[in-house]
This record gives sequence, structure tokens and C-alpha cells, in this order.
Amino acid sequence: MQYALKVESVSMKYQAKNGEVEALRDISLLVPEGEFLSIVGPSGCGKSTLLSIISGLEKSSSGNIKVFGSEESRIGYMFQKDNLFPWRTIFDNILLGLEIRKELTEENISYVEEMLDRYGLSDFKNKYPQQLSGGMRQRCALIRTLATKPDILLLDEPFSALDYQTRLAVSDDIYSIIKHENKTAIMVSHDISECISMSDTVVVLSKRPGMIKKIFSIDGFLAKTPLKRRDEAAFSAYFNAIWRELDVHI
Amino acid sequence: MSISELSAERKLYLRALQREKHFVLCMRILILVFIIALWELAATMGWIDDFIMSSPSRIFETLKNLFISGELFYHTGISCFETVIGFICGTVFGTLIAALLWWSSRLSSILDPYLIMLNSLPKTALGPIFIVWAGSGTGAIIAVTIAVSIIVTILEVYTGFKQTDEDLIRLMKTFGATKLQIFLKVVLPANYETIMNSLKVNVGLSWVGVIVGEFLVSKAGLGYLIVYGSAVFKMDLVMASVIILAISATLMYQFVLLAGKKILGKRIKV
Repeated sequence: MQYALKVESVSMKYQAKNGEVEALRDISLLVPEGEFLSIVGPSGCGKSTLLSIISGLEKSSSGNIKVFGSEESRIGYMFQKDNLFPWRTIFDNILLGLEIRKELTEENISYVEEMLDRYGLSDFKNKYPQQLSGGMRQRCALIRTLATKPDILLLDEPFSALDYQTRLAVSDDIYSIIKHENKTAIMVSHDISECISMSDTVVVLSKRPGMIKKIFSIDGFLAKTPLKRRDEAAFSAYFNAIWRELDVHI
Repeated sequence: MSISELSAERKLYLRALQREKHFVLCMRILILVFIIALWELAATMGWIDDFIMSSPSRIFETLKNLFISGELFYHTGISCFETVIGFICGTVFGTLIAALLWWSSRLSSILDPYLIMLNSLPKTALGPIFIVWAGSGTGAIIAVTIAVSIIVTILEVYTGFKQTDEDLIRLMKTFGATKLQIFLKVVLPANYETIMNSLKVNVGLSWVGVIVGEFLVSKAGLGYLIVYGSAVFKMDLVMASVIILAISATLMYQFVLLAGKKILGKRIKV
């Protein structure tokens, strides 16, 4: 079977002046197409490092990454901050990826216009990011990522810069867009509830060096959206199970 | 909203605001009038020697003569020209060198002590060297002017470049951007304001360079008029030149400020 993402025994050691830090040890993952997988773990466990390695921004010390069987991949990366350029209009911001890849073809531009329409941003095309709300800006950031038609989406704590209420609404919003576009997504988060509400699979990493501690299949829900999942009885059962695995001490 | 729809408190507040503005303006004019009147009075009453201290009426007379003979525009024009060339070159070359340093962090770490040394050095001390190298003319003056502003520009703009939001650069990398694309699409536009600020500072610095340069070599320009005036004890000429200088420098600064706002205003709307 062809997996959207295959992580094969990836390890990561950082070299610094004052020593060596082992961030990740022997991580292997298989992610089928269209799945939403999230990674939780104590802070400093290397979950963001794992995402950087999958994206190719950083090179692992050993192991390899395959996206749809290939080492060359198109990835879409979403950050904690929307990172929209304040000097560009929304439209120009969204075209950034295509511009960099020199793919500003008519076909791609009309694909972007279509998405702007579908996700209610066409009226804001010529506005500047500062004129939009945090939630809207995060939606623009996602569309900017989707514009380049990535094979997989990587989400690095995409909602943690938003306040709690906005965050619930935006995660619903982003989730539905990702599902509608049928994208495979890997999300890193420290928010257990967020992971349970959005994911098909939750991977728990151990303390540094990060190793896979447990993998949860989140399949006990009837609800279709993250917000509704939070109302179901299964939600707190998953929460407790993951919480125990995280082994938090203060 | 028309005035009649405003609440009474609002009207009162707005009126107080207006009154304060008028008061400030009146005081400003009053200070100027007071200084001129006192100076003139002191000269006519013989409290001060108007041969050494000059007087407003004598300065006015001198300005009138300079204006009629056309010398006013000739000298002001030359100094302004040198200043404009100086701050444009200082800013452009400074930014280019800052870009090079950003490009190669190795180069910047090698050159670091030299930049610090050059920054500490009073650049006007290089004036005589430039005269020997570039001849005693406009070339040397512009060289001094650039020397005064370029190092500060390099350091200022380079710091700005280095402080560009790392997340924006990471975003560019996720799209597979080249270093040139990162520079042109993020680092440079993110620092337009830094460059604009450098330009503003350079306007002031360039005047220093031009005046020092003209003190040293020139046969024309406001700096020349000041040096010449004091050499032949024509204090009226010195004072008149200083006044023209103050007005020219202020106007030029305001112009650059306005031009900057026009250019940046289009890009960054908050």
C-alpha cells in the first residue's frame, strides 16, 4: 500500500558548542492518505523538530522520510503565527508560494480564486492582513499553503497564538477545509483536546530524547466536526488515556 | 458626522484641543519675534557691537543683496546638490554593503572589528586625505559626505536585515525559496522602514559632511560663504549663510520625510 507519509527510524542529534543533544530517537510512522495525525508530547520532546525534518527544513542524523514513496516532496507548512506579510495584500500573500515556485499559471491562479470564493475570502482579497481578524488570517495562511497543492500538510501548533474561543472556531474551520480538500495532515500540538477533536490518530512522544510512546486510534466518534466531538462521551475517555501516557508532573 | 450631532462634552474637548494648538503656534512666533526684536534693539542701543554680533537688519540687507546678485541660489544650490548626492550615495551604497554582509555571515564576522573601528573614527578627520586623493573640489566634498554617513547606514541596515522575523524566512524556505528570493521578497521589504530611517539620519549627516568639506576646500557653497565671511570679518555674511543653511536643511529633511511617507504609506497600511 502506498502511504502518504513514511517516516523510517528517524533520529536526530544536535551539535552545539557546549555538547550534544539527542532530540529524537528511532521514530517510525506510517500515515495513510487523507489521515489527520497529531503528535503530542511534553515540551522539549522534539515534536517540532520532527515536523521540521519531515518538511525537509532540517536534516535528520539518520533515517529517512518518504512522501508518497518519494524523497522529493511538496509539503505545505502552517505555523503558529499566520506569517502573512504586512506589506502584501491578502491576494498577493496567498500567491506567495506560487510566485516563489514560479508557478503563477492561469490554472493555478483560478484555483486560488476558487478557494477564496469557497472559503469566503474574496471580499478581502485586496485588504491588508492587519485589517483581518486572527481567525481569518489563519484561514488565509492555510489557503496560501494549499495554493501550491502540497502532497501533505504540516501544522505546527497552528492555533496556539489565538485566544481560546477563536481557537475552537478556527480549528473547526481549518479542519473542514483540510477535509474538503482531502489533504493528509500532520499536526503538532501541546493541546490534548485539540488533538482528540481533530485527529484520526494521536501519537504520544516521550520526554527527550523523543521516542514513540503510544499510538491512539481515535475512531470512537460519531460526530463529524471537532467542536461536536468535544460533546461526546468518548472524548473524555480519550483525554484521560492520553493524559496518563503524557505522565505530567509538576 | 456633522458638528451639530456631536455631544456637548465632545465639542468642549475639541475646542480645548484647538485652543491648545493655537497657543503653541502663537508662542512659537512670539519667541522668534522676541529674539529678533531684542537683537535689533541691543544693536541700535549699542549694548552689543554689531560689527561682531551683526544685527537682524544687517542680515536682512545682506540676504537681499545675495538674492539680487543671484549668489544666494548659486551657493545654496551647490551645497544642496552635494548634500543630495551624499545622502543618496551613502544610503544606497550602505544598504548594498549591508546586503553583502547579510548574505555572507562569514564576511560579516570577519569584517566586524573593522566596521566598529570605522564607526568610532570621526570621519571628518579623513577630509584632508580625500582632498589629496580626489582633488580640492566637489569630488572631495562628496567623498567626505559619503564617509560620514555610510558606516552608520551599513551598521543600522545590517542590524535590521539580521532582525528580520525568522519565521517569515522559514515560511519562504518551506516553499523552496532561494537565498536571493528570501532577500528580495522578505528581508528587503521588511526593512524599507529601516532604510527610510537611515535616509532621514543621513540627510542630517550629509550636511555635516558638506559643510566640513566646503570649509576645507571649496570655492563655492554655504560652507564656503561661512568660512570666507569669518575670514574677512563680514559677520553679516556668516549669519546670513547660517540662516540659509538652517532653512535649507530643514526643508530638505521635511521633503525626505514626506517622500518617505508617500512611498511607505502605500505599502504599509495599518
